[in-house]
Amino acid sequence: MVTQNENIAKRRFRDKVSPYLFISPWIFGFLFFTLGPLVFSLIMSFYDWPVVGERTFVGLDNYKIMLTQDPLFWDSLWVTVKFGLFFVPFNITLGLLLAVLLNQKLAASGVFRTIFYLPSVISGVALVTIWGWIYSHEYGLLNFFLSMVGVEGPNWLGDPSWSLLAIVVTSLWGLGGTMLILLTGLQAIPKELYEAAKISGVPAWARLLHVTIPMLSPMLLFTLITSIISAFQQLTLALLLTGGGPLESTYFFAMYIYDNAFKHFEMGFAAANSWVMFLIILVLSMLVLKSSSAWVYYEGEMKSDKGDDDA
Amino acid sequence: MRKILVYALMIFLSAMFIMPFYWTFMTAVKSIPELYQFPPAFWPEEFLWENFSKAWLKQPFDIYLKNSVTVVVISTFGQLFSCSLVAFGFARFDFKGRDAIFVLLLATMMIPWDVKMIPLYMEFNWLGWINTLKPLIVPSFFADAFFVFLLRQYIMTVPKEIDEAARMDGANNWQLYWRIHLPLMMPALILVGTFHFMNAWNDYLGPLIYLNDQSKYTLTLGLSMFKGLHEADITSIAAITVILVIPPLILFFFAQKYIMDGSVGSSVKG
Repeated sequence: MVTQNENIAKRRFRDKVSPYLFISPWIFGFLFFTLGPLVFSLIMSFYDWPVVGERTFVGLDNYKIMLTQDPLFWDSLWVTVKFGLFFVPFNITLGLLLAVLLNQKLAASGVFRTIFYLPSVISGVALVTIWGWIYSHEYGLLNFFLSMVGVEGPNWLGDPSWSLLAIVVTSLWGLGGTMLILLTGLQAIPKELYEAAKISGVPAWARLLHVTIPMLSPMLLFTLITSIISAFQQLTLALLLTGGGPLESTYFFAMYIYDNAFKHFEMGFAAANSWVMFLIILVLSMLVLKSSSAWVYYEGEMKSDKGDDDA
Repeated sequence: MRKILVYALMIFLSAMFIMPFYWTFMTAVKSIPELYQFPPAFWPEEFLWENFSKAWLKQPFDIYLKNSVTVVVISTFGQLFSCSLVAFGFARFDFKGRDAIFVLLLATMMIPWDVKMIPLYMEFNWLGWINTLKPLIVPSFFADAFFVFLLRQYIMTVPKEIDEAARMDGANNWQLYWRIHLPLMMPALILVGTFHFMNAWNDYLGPLIYLNDQSKYTLTLGLSMFKGLHEADITSIAAITVILVIPPLILFFFAQKYIMDGSVGSSVKG
């Protein structure tokens, strides 16, 4: 009798505890590699904190210096915003264009889909190497093609008025992920909607505007937010393709953080920079989410059966 | 007529996406004079395959390759194991605080890497892990949020009756995970494994920040350093680039149907 009771108690304990055991890898990871670092970084941002040597508490000085005395902060932020203003709309519209094209009943659409996704599977280092040659002033492929139509191409990476655009184009080459998400969304739209619209004589462009876009809006919201986040974090391309130059025309905010941390070893200052980036991303995402109730259309069932995933 | 236009557009766009790959490959097998030829040589007179082996020997690329493989293999294993455990926990148990914790997990996906980069560097520095492969391997044993989310969505589609039947046969929680759900998750695991493999293999910033000695370099870092030192040696750079690009491409071709069937997209809606 006693042993049986013990068994029940044991089992109860196991059923209570074992779910937490299953999720414990993430819990520990969260504590050691996310929450801990976040708290630590916030503390660092109030210190003058070199990698080795004495640290001193400086209060809000890091933030004050950044905002009022360091022109590079504003310049790099402006470069990032300019990049985002090009990258985000193009990433989504071109991704949508490719997805719409792929969604036509074409022979070999699988092959095209694969081709469009290819650049997304390779390393940023390879991407940069490849595009570095394409943009090369003298024997670059791009300027060769331009010369064939009688245009003398600029020094893409060496001219401050073109360098940022060159980075935008390179980053757009990797829009396969966005395309794929939107394509999945398109495939989920019921065919009847289009047929009904067709029968009522709605032209193709209006079907895109009044059927496709509203039905796709939850996906568009997702890609909008992820594009904004990735625009703000852009680092590899600038680091390797232009080194931030020429004349700091491609000196991204993420590069500013990176340099402050790993070139000037001002860890406290760089931590403060990164918190500003975090806040900007957070505010932008919130604004987009807030605005979404006006333009994102949720089908009733879609919302209800996935209700707990909304965050 | 409209069909033809669409095809023409698709072929043109495809050419734009493929051209850079084609060009890199051709650059790798060209002779030196052909590199600087004008108009450019789109088809080399002779394919110089030895460019690959020559380039490979110019730096200890076999050591870089060994480091890359070490990181990728161990961390992929860690990611698959930890993420499937956690996803199973979220999908199949009802416990106190589950939904709140899950929202927290989703929220962590929004945290920019730049914010964690600096404190993580300090943390790994204290642990004495700088200039070792550990910072690139160990965190993957602690379940990436996005992969947990993907797997959890997948497990949710498995009928609960299967669990009940297994429990009737006396399976405990671990057996239910290991014997029933892990095999059922295989398509989703392939997807996660492929994504993680690519992330780890392609990672540049991690190795750049955490590794100092050449003997610890991964292939991406090795290539970028090589490029910095021998900028004019274009054929060698192209050859190493081709070698760097091939594994993810091959993996992608095999895992394609799992990536393309829409599990990525369908998990984000709603």
